[in-house]
Amino acid sequence: MGGYALYVWVSYGVAAVILIANIVLPKYQHKMMLKTLTKKMQRAEQLK
Amino acid sequence: MMKFIYMMASPPHFYRLAGKWLPWLSGITLLLLAAGLYGGLIYAPTDYQQGESYRIIFIHVPAAWMSLFIYIAMAIAGAIGLIWRIKLAETVAVCSAPIGAGFTLLALITGSMWGKPMWGAWWVWDARLTSELLLLFLYLGVMSLYSAIPDKRVASRAVALLALVGVVNIPIIHYSVEWWNTLHQGPTVTKFDKPSIDVRMLIPLMVMAVAFKVYYVWALFLRVRVELLERERNTQWVKELLKMNKG
Amino acid sequence: MKEASLTKVFIALLKRDLLLAYRHRAEIFNPMLFFILVITLFPLGTGADTKLLQTMAPGIIWVAALLAAMLSLDTIFRSDFEDGSLELLILNSHPTSILVLAKVLAHWLATGLPLIIISPFLALFLGLDQDVIGLLIVTLLLGTPVLSLVGAVAIALTVGLKRGGILLSLLVLPLYVPVLIFATNAIEMFSSGLPITAQLWILSSFLLLSITLTPWPTAAALKLSLS
Repeated sequence: MGGYALYVWVSYGVAAVILIANIVLPKYQHKMMLKTLTKKMQRAEQLK
Repeated sequence: MMKFIYMMASPPHFYRLAGKWLPWLSGITLLLLAAGLYGGLIYAPTDYQQGESYRIIFIHVPAAWMSLFIYIAMAIAGAIGLIWRIKLAETVAVCSAPIGAGFTLLALITGSMWGKPMWGAWWVWDARLTSELLLLFLYLGVMSLYSAIPDKRVASRAVALLALVGVVNIPIIHYSVEWWNTLHQGPTVTKFDKPSIDVRMLIPLMVMAVAFKVYYVWALFLRVRVELLERERNTQWVKELLKMNKG
Repeated sequence: MKEASLTKVFIALLKRDLLLAYRHRAEIFNPMLFFILVITLFPLGTGADTKLLQTMAPGIIWVAALLAAMLSLDTIFRSDFEDGSLELLILNSHPTSILVLAKVLAHWLATGLPLIIISPFLALFLGLDQDVIGLLIVTLLLGTPVLSLVGAVAIALTVGLKRGGILLSLLVLPLYVPVLIFATNAIEMFSSGLPITAQLWILSSFLLLSITLTPWPTAAALKLSLS
């Protein structure tokens, strides 16, 4: 990379981190949300 | 017509539709990103002035475009939510903010990574970098306003209002910063003059720009689905969905 | 009973708010005191080099005014929100946006104007020339109402929150940047003998724009905060 490798790769690395975080985070939240909501529903059914 | 829009924008319908689109969006994004990266890192020739360091452009410029694009999209979605009271539009506005903030931060970091070898400093009070920094503050304001208001319906309407005020201010802020910059900084700051860019550089740049746009839709849909689930947790459709999941 | 005309209501509201401000004088003096303190701190921090202070004076005074204006914003709607008179303001038949304008005007008269009155003395502290001080006052007269008007939107959005302090600064300060830029730039250009009509026109247009445009979002935000 002609002496600029550090700058270029850090840039691409930061891009990868930010882009991946914005995908993985909501996916994880979605999973957790489904889990907690299902648990809540089961508890509500047991109470009936 | 309105009836059709309301049906399309109803949370259960959108939740299912977005779920069907997700694999396509992820596939297209990854393909475009791969093409853009190949084009930017291998296919595009070395710049005769800046050497290899210019390759940051393929991240920096599309990210900067996206930071503005998402703010405008957020304001439009907010306006639609405020005027027609469409829940989905409010959710879209709210969910856009963190993605936009991510792109703004990315544009700032890559800008300073590019600035170090070109200007010799990590940070220069360049007009575009400065207004990008202010844009980041606007995004952070939107995000913290949303998290500060406990009632999420009220919060998303407040966010929509703030986004509208912000979008009116963005051009004013941008041009004042530009004015300030040209008057304060002498000609010592070497701005890159923009010669007509080589086509072999332009194509990867455009591919990356489109890839980021599709990525935005992908990330947005993921976030909107979570937000819809949380807000509609007590409705019938969410309960049915959970039963289906269990069974 | 006949409904009072809009002008009468406007003036009555203005009088009421000014009277309230007079009764709570401490709330007016606090931002002023803050303004003076911040400006006194600068020479202590940077050293008392007259040349340096002179070049930095417009920026120091304007940044201090910006922060003082932001600190004082809380008083526009807070007490009315707490005692419920804000709901009356929204529920009556007159357009809320105009009434909001009366409240902001009263707030500016009570907090913005005192800052402008003491700013010449502080400018002397920092060694500004007398003719430059005149221009400083002009920019403050044009600029600080904008700060109050734009700030009103943000405070209306956060008035229902218990801890809005830092959030408010995040919402408001980026929007204050254009005023800061053009006001300080006008002073700088003037001290180096350059024409400044453009800056003054732009500041005036900011003022007109914010008078006409900000009352609506402020009114909408108040309604939202009360819902």
